[in-house]
Amino acid sequence: MADTNAKQVLFGPIFSNNPIALQILGICSALAVTTSLNVTIVMCISVIAVTAFSNLAVSLVRTQIPNSIRIIVQMTIIASLVIVVDQVLKAYAYEISKQLSVFVGLIITNCIVMGRAEGFAMKNGPALSFLDGIGNGLGYSVMLLFIAFFRELLGAGSLFGVTLLPTVNEGGWYIPNGLLLLPPSAFFIIGLAIWGLRAWKPEQVEEPDYKLSRHKAKEAF
Amino acid sequence: MEHYISLILKAVFVENMALAFFLGMCTFLAISKKIEAAVGLGIAVIVVLTLTVPANNLIYNNLLREGALDWAGYPNVDLSFLGLLTYIGVIAAIVQIMEMVLDKYIPALYSALGVFLPLITVNCAIMGASLFMVERDYTFGESVVYGFGAGLGWALAIVALAGIREKLKYSDVPEGLRGLGITFITVGLMSLGFMSFSGISL
Repeated sequence: MADTNAKQVLFGPIFSNNPIALQILGICSALAVTTSLNVTIVMCISVIAVTAFSNLAVSLVRTQIPNSIRIIVQMTIIASLVIVVDQVLKAYAYEISKQLSVFVGLIITNCIVMGRAEGFAMKNGPALSFLDGIGNGLGYSVMLLFIAFFRELLGAGSLFGVTLLPTVNEGGWYIPNGLLLLPPSAFFIIGLAIWGLRAWKPEQVEEPDYKLSRHKAKEAF
Repeated sequence: MEHYISLILKAVFVENMALAFFLGMCTFLAISKKIEAAVGLGIAVIVVLTLTVPANNLIYNNLLREGALDWAGYPNVDLSFLGLLTYIGVIAAIVQIMEMVLDKYIPALYSALGVFLPLITVNCAIMGASLFMVERDYTFGESVVYGFGAGLGWALAIVALAGIREKLKYSDVPEGLRGLGITFITVGLMSLGFMSFSGISL
């Protein structure tokens, strides 16, 4: 792995190999924490930190781990890092950590962290693994921020808690779309985002299981 | 008794793990192409949740929570920060033990579930249920009921989604939306359907 690869490793996951849109990893927490941007940003930073440092740690000990117990070793490393993040959040951002509730703990089972530790860090050196962790964390964050932007702006008329579209309840003109604060909207936005991404990068389109056959002239009449 | 019934209904419908809290999404989307596979995974999740949530409940109440070590002569010890590490350890261990027991005594079920059992360790629905149990301070009895209900709700959701997807593969979906995209939108519609339960108070 040469230096030229570092850029690819860092920026590849953001659009062309996005963990959420293409690898189907880490969707669980992606949807639950996106009702407001403040919470989302804290979640993103936590995930980037955990992915980067767990990749680094796993990569450092990768030659020492016996193959049969590697999963449990990775789990322990990840769980310890998440505990650190959880305690830091409780100490410095108590309100937000209350809002995130169980989802900080769920970073442990976030498949991005596990997936990258198993798929990349076990095979590559520490520096490159660290970058890969940051890159995948960023890819995850881009998707999350995108969803949170629409949900908060259209659902509550604000961004980062600052009112941009004054809502009717507060004497303004904007009637907030309550649906966007509810769970289903996250699925719709992410589905449409994937559609957009694939329209832009057609090589990500999945092969269909069945193709419709064309109408034959005889049948049509 | 009434309390438990309302808890189970709440866990299955109102607070459905997959559709209201987005837990276990990765496996939910990946293993929902075939109904048989979805049923197998669903049953495995029910069993593992019914075992792990009560087990973690006992560990939390008797070892980790503040003042829980009173019986051992340490009334001021608060080990709750070790929670995350303990729960995931317990889950991994129970899944491993279950795999061995099934292999020995019920080989038919083992071969049916085989592939899905290890996957369950990293299913966030399992971990999530344990964390919710701690956050909501369930008693032991409640935790058994909650674990079962949460598992049942998740299984119901994945089987329903697999049913829809089996039909969906014959339809003409726009190119970019094919596969993952349309699945997300389907799940969104299902979630919208499940929201209608949220008005029910028990």
